[in-house]
Amino acid sequence: MAKHTLCALVENRPGVLMRVVNLFRRRNFNIDSLTVGRTHRDDYSRITMVMEGSREQAELVEKNLYKLVNVIEVEYMSGLPTVERDLALIKVQVDAAARRDITQLCDIFRARIVDVSADSMIVETTGEEAKIESFCELLRPFGIVEMVRTGIVAMGRGDHNLRDHGYQPQVALAGARKSVL
Amino acid sequence: MSDQPRILTGAEILCECLLREQVDVVFGYPGGAILPTYDALCHYPDLHHVLTRHEQGATHMADGYARATGRVGVAIATSGPGATNMITGLATAMLDSSPVVAITGQVGTALIGTDAFQETDVTGISLPITKHNYLVGHVEELAHVVKEAFHIARTGRPGPVLIDVPKDVQVARCEFVYPEEPIRLPGYHPPESAPQEQIDAALELIAASERPVILAGQGVLMAGAHQELREFAERAHVPIALTLLGKSCMPEDHPLVLGMMGMHGGAHVNKAIQEADLLLAFGMRFDDRVTGKLDTYARKAKKIHVDIDASEINKNVRVDVGIVGDLGTVLRQLLPRLERTPTPQWIDRIREWSDDGRRREFVRPAGEDPDMPGFDPEKLIAGQVIFDLCRHTDGEAVTVTDVGQHQMWEAQYYHHRRPRTLITSGGLGTMGFGLPAAIGAKMAAPDEEVWAVVGDGGFQMTMMELATAVQERVNVKIAIINNGFLGMVRQWQEFFYDERYYATPMINPDFCKIAEAYGIPTRRVTRRDEIADTLAWASAIDEGPVLVEFVVAKEDIVYPMVPAGAALDEMIRRPTRDDLERRKSEKERGAPKPAPAPNA
Repeated sequence: MAKHTLCALVENRPGVLMRVVNLFRRRNFNIDSLTVGRTHRDDYSRITMVMEGSREQAELVEKNLYKLVNVIEVEYMSGLPTVERDLALIKVQVDAAARRDITQLCDIFRARIVDVSADSMIVETTGEEAKIESFCELLRPFGIVEMVRTGIVAMGRGDHNLRDHGYQPQVALAGARKSVL
Repeated sequence: MSDQPRILTGAEILCECLLREQVDVVFGYPGGAILPTYDALCHYPDLHHVLTRHEQGATHMADGYARATGRVGVAIATSGPGATNMITGLATAMLDSSPVVAITGQVGTALIGTDAFQETDVTGISLPITKHNYLVGHVEELAHVVKEAFHIARTGRPGPVLIDVPKDVQVARCEFVYPEEPIRLPGYHPPESAPQEQIDAALELIAASERPVILAGQGVLMAGAHQELREFAERAHVPIALTLLGKSCMPEDHPLVLGMMGMHGGAHVNKAIQEADLLLAFGMRFDDRVTGKLDTYARKAKKIHVDIDASEINKNVRVDVGIVGDLGTVLRQLLPRLERTPTPQWIDRIREWSDDGRRREFVRPAGEDPDMPGFDPEKLIAGQVIFDLCRHTDGEAVTVTDVGQHQMWEAQYYHHRRPRTLITSGGLGTMGFGLPAAIGAKMAAPDEEVWAVVGDGGFQMTMMELATAVQERVNVKIAIINNGFLGMVRQWQEFFYDERYYATPMINPDFCKIAEAYGIPTRRVTRRDEIADTLAWASAIDEGPVLVEFVVAKEDIVYPMVPAGAALDEMIRRPTRDDLERRKSEKERGAPKPAPAPNA
């Protein structure tokens, strides 16, 4: 099964995230990761989704996303020149020797040590999924205590932009602007 | 208009906005959380409120109202159980793309999330079965939300929209300024015309085709494109197969109309689709009930699919040319350069299959055809009842069906002549739809003769709405096709479950006595020679409901049938006299029944 990355520009209103997530359940699609956050405009949010399935299924997801009233623009990112990033925080069990080894690994992977305690440390790494995966494999023998990842965010390079239609909201919804969907 | 600001309550704003949408009837049921709106409704006599006996009935009535006219139907209910009772009706409207606006009361904003009395998350529950929904947070939003809801319900691919209004929002006051400007939504742009290259590609395939078939769906009716369709078919000389919901988009006595396709469609129609070299799918969605097994579906055919919903293109069937647009507009784009050399031999071939199918499947009394068993002329046969109803009403009545065998017989034996005259729950297959939808349809189109054709099973799911019909004096004619069984389920049990008729026999009440209890005139028909007189008697009653019970044979089966999951041309045909003899001797020898196709 191939992985597909889709980006959607959506209205920043309560319930929009639920509509998007429901779509995956409703149409029996698999979400690999889903990331949502603010954009440079208060009234828009942006979602990056990674799904597993055939190209045809990804096309259906794209069309069904468009059907949602609050979804403004959808882009199929796989195949476009894009920047994709995933951020991971990894807490590793350490003793004195391991701390040295891990510090070296972090240098090689340009990861940052963001917390150190007597018997553990947290490292932060950003990059494409494959890089994070291989970093994790190298850390695994030391004993990973816990890990959290943001999921992929993606953006088209150059002039591959998610268009915005210059939309101005017609009615100010009190309270809705600070919504996190 | 005075310049004084009009300070209104949310409930009054709701009523004002309904009037602006040209709503004249609302179907509903009051309760605590919607009471402020009801209290406002009594000051708006132009909004006629129909008190239903169940909120499901209200949504089906709004749905029937919408389908009869294309106008938005409105249903109102209270929070909690009132709202959840609407769910079946909303799902029905969703699957059949019917423009319905449902308004529900909600507990006060401060109580939301506290599991308050009669609180339920109705926007959450209804999310996958509405085109869109709203929870109104502030009275200032209300007018805009209502206008947006109606816009979304009726435009593009229509569908139900729910507006959940907390009680305090109904009570709160604000200045009422109706949003006069047209709705603009950043993420909602229903398509209209199609790009020229797609039109060119379609014209090229049409010109090259020798065995084309048009598949006409409900989209033809919703786009109001029946004239364009007719012109297209006549000029290009292309026969038309109808989906269940597409029925009535063309007069069925038109020489190019083949009849219904699919699971219980004509064998000749399905055969034509399987043999075609070009399918022109107009406003239909390749439902599994019309395609049968997908990987054997119309393999010789190129496919052109026109739909207003882009997500329908390539959903079930991969097509060669997918056109997203309004069907009427697209047909008008195609018509000026439409060219095709007629292939009369193709039409002749389908006609031969059709004659064979008619001889084979058409119900007839025993003795009329030496090869076919026929039925006991003393007994009533449902197909005959529907056939007589069609003849009696000249194919001009609005018929509203429930779901099951009688629905398929309606589709086979009632030949409609005018658009929007068949109203039926196709996508969801909602039993209980018939009676309330017929009430809604009659209220929307009071000059039409409206017949609710229902089975004894489905009728009992919503028969409490008889009271609504009586209270509103709705002149709906109810024909109960009573076989004392859940007939369609029985049919599947007969074919696929070794005739184990479990949980399908019904001990029914005396339907005539039930009707009498409501003061409804009623008759029971048990013989074929009583049908015509009784239909004439029912037609002549011009006020209030009338009910006729037709007691029909329980063994009857809807033929032909494509078993679920089988190829479209692998139909179970009505057995001939020879088939029956062979089956009988096989049974006596104890030979096993042939295994049914796997059920999808």
